[in-house]
Amino acid sequence: MRARLKMETIKLTIDNKQVEVEKGTTILNAARKMGIDIPTLCHMHLHDLNIENKPGGCRICVVEVHGRRNLSPACITKCDDGAVIRTHTPRVLNARRTVMEFILSDHPKDCLICPKSGHCDLQDMANRLGIREIPGQEIAEMSTYRKDTSPSIIRELDKCIMCRRCEMMCNEVQTVGALSAVNRGFMAVVAPAFEQNLEYSPCTYCGQCVAVCPTGALTEVDHTREVLRAIVDPTKTVVVQTAPAVRAALGEEFGMKPGTLVTGKLVAALKELGFDFVFDTDFAADLTIMEEGTELLTRVGKFLKGDKDANIPILTSCCPGWVNFFEHNFPDLKDVPSTAKSPQQMFGAIAKTYFADKINVRRQDMVVVSIMPCLAKKYESQRPEFAVDGNPDVDFSISTRELAHFIRQANIDFNNLPDMDFDRPLGESSGAGVIFGNTGGVIEAAVRTAYELHTGKKLSRLDFDELRGMEGVRQATIDFGGFPLNIGIAHGLGNARKLLDEVRAGRSKFHAIEVMACPGGCIGGGGQPLHHGDSSILKARAKAIYEEDKNKPIRVSHENPYIIQLYKEFLGEPNSEKAHHLLHTHYFDRKAKIIIKQ
Amino acid sequence: MSSIKIELRQQDVDKINEICDSFNNDPVELINVLHKTQEHFGYLPAEVQEVIADKMNIATARVYGVVTFYSFFTMTPKGKHPISICMGTACYVRGAEKVLDEFKKELAIQVGQTTGDGKFSLSSLRCVGACGLAPVVLVGDKTYGRVAPDDVKAILKEYE
Repeated sequence: MRARLKMETIKLTIDNKQVEVEKGTTILNAARKMGIDIPTLCHMHLHDLNIENKPGGCRICVVEVHGRRNLSPACITKCDDGAVIRTHTPRVLNARRTVMEFILSDHPKDCLICPKSGHCDLQDMANRLGIREIPGQEIAEMSTYRKDTSPSIIRELDKCIMCRRCEMMCNEVQTVGALSAVNRGFMAVVAPAFEQNLEYSPCTYCGQCVAVCPTGALTEVDHTREVLRAIVDPTKTVVVQTAPAVRAALGEEFGMKPGTLVTGKLVAALKELGFDFVFDTDFAADLTIMEEGTELLTRVGKFLKGDKDANIPILTSCCPGWVNFFEHNFPDLKDVPSTAKSPQQMFGAIAKTYFADKINVRRQDMVVVSIMPCLAKKYESQRPEFAVDGNPDVDFSISTRELAHFIRQANIDFNNLPDMDFDRPLGESSGAGVIFGNTGGVIEAAVRTAYELHTGKKLSRLDFDELRGMEGVRQATIDFGGFPLNIGIAHGLGNARKLLDEVRAGRSKFHAIEVMACPGGCIGGGGQPLHHGDSSILKARAKAIYEEDKNKPIRVSHENPYIIQLYKEFLGEPNSEKAHHLLHTHYFDRKAKIIIKQ
Repeated sequence: MSSIKIELRQQDVDKINEICDSFNNDPVELINVLHKTQEHFGYLPAEVQEVIADKMNIATARVYGVVTFYSFFTMTPKGKHPISICMGTACYVRGAEKVLDEFKKELAIQVGQTTGDGKFSLSSLRCVGACGLAPVVLVGDKTYGRVAPDDVKAILKEYE
């Protein structure tokens, strides 16, 4: 047990009520502890992930501290012993309103057609503060930035309010460094270097900037119209796959409690929308485990024989944000990750070959749509190496949020839908495929299969609690029939960078490392319903995913009967030549190059 | 998405690396590194910022953020003899604006521009801490105090 330090506490008064807090507590946190909800805009705190953004920039949270001449921003002002604070005097309310009017003065007033409408923190705040007019609009200068559309993310900087949450996610949490505050005064904005398009920056399309943006400045590229067009086209067979994390979050968009599993309703909704076949990315997750798990065993086997080319540790490669990250930042290590494609891409490759043949549909007449918690998946599906003669394995990738919107547009009463089952054969999955949505899930799924294949023994327990949790970097040692397999797990790219730096320096003790780009894994992906800074939502989603795994009759990938059938009928063995051709890929060096002029 | 390619001469890359090394490549020294680099090149083009970012292990966006925040840094080449006129309060009330107008007239350029022959560039700044000498003009490293509009021609002549 760690010795418990006695906390030094102080007493103060907020809105005529006494409160005792730990020394160093901000006024904002002290007030929230008492149930006084001081409004904030730029401030964001993801408690369980130790992520806090408090630039003290927006000044919406100002309060009156007795004895101080100026109003103080509650999010960055620490409580003093004996302080007397008032959070809603006429002076405070007036200041708050004025601040809001200034923020709105150059903000576009196109709420009716803004993609963030209804989910916008700025809109909510204007409503909460009762803003009914913005003085001086007729003479106000509007900011004018050009709109930047990348394969995954749209930046509409006229709507940027300089809260700098995206900058914090991109630099502190993800250490990607694509975005920074640039310029000053009226022209100040968050942008990539030289204000280039995101496409020419080291952006990984993880979408965490989009997930925390309070306004419509950062949104995803919407593909729902193209999907609808494909569905109504009688010459097209439209196949849909849904990622594991979607089922644990989609319900939130329809007013359900975070962590409500909606797998059955999700399938029913997709059928209602008119997809010809509703399949599960979890099937492809099982397939990933067969390929990646086999690669893991081969590489560890070589390592045990003392082979210098064993290439240990093996890194997971399911997460496209993570793949983009190492291509930009660690191109010297591009042979270290598994060559296995991500489940989304494996699904596309199998759907447009094996399944297309089965139902006698030509490749060009099949459209594969994926529902993903992720924005990087949009970019991934457009990578040229994942197409055959210009026809992509996955035609469109839409996010959980886009799907919710799609369902509403189709007048579907989601909450009252019956539970339905995925179609066969690409809709059957094991519990191992489901947990891909959580940090630690991919490696747990791989361990379940690799252990049983390596030792020839059945696992007595399938829940590897040592691989689960929300800590940014975790490690565990699993006994592989006498051989201790060291496993590292990182979620959030900043944490991944720590493990990668060790690998680069030759100091890593791990044999296998799982990385997911987003905090919490796919459940916290950039395409998920917005959590607005409430990290308990992520925990609830993670719990739901483990629930679904527990309730599955089959919980290891290699026992999925349709996976066994796929190898028997089509692929042969895991890592066979055909499997390599369809299910594996290679990586590129995308680091900025300095060329010497002659 | 294609890789960004930056073209620079070897001696320029060497010089930038040397400057970064002299500050131990410490990210907190970024502003000092940018100062020294601008002193050498006269300005901070995108290519130079990329090299600094790479060498000091800082995001290029961050370097660009600092360059665009401080008005001292510039991404356009300055003249061989950069002229700065102090427009701080003390200089302003003692007639700095008239001095500036005279420079604009003589050089036929506006603030932020460089003469066609690349000899002079014009900028205004806020207070150099020599208020006792107001109005103050800087040409390169040299400081001129109590400058009157009539002095402008003579100052320019020194650099011909």
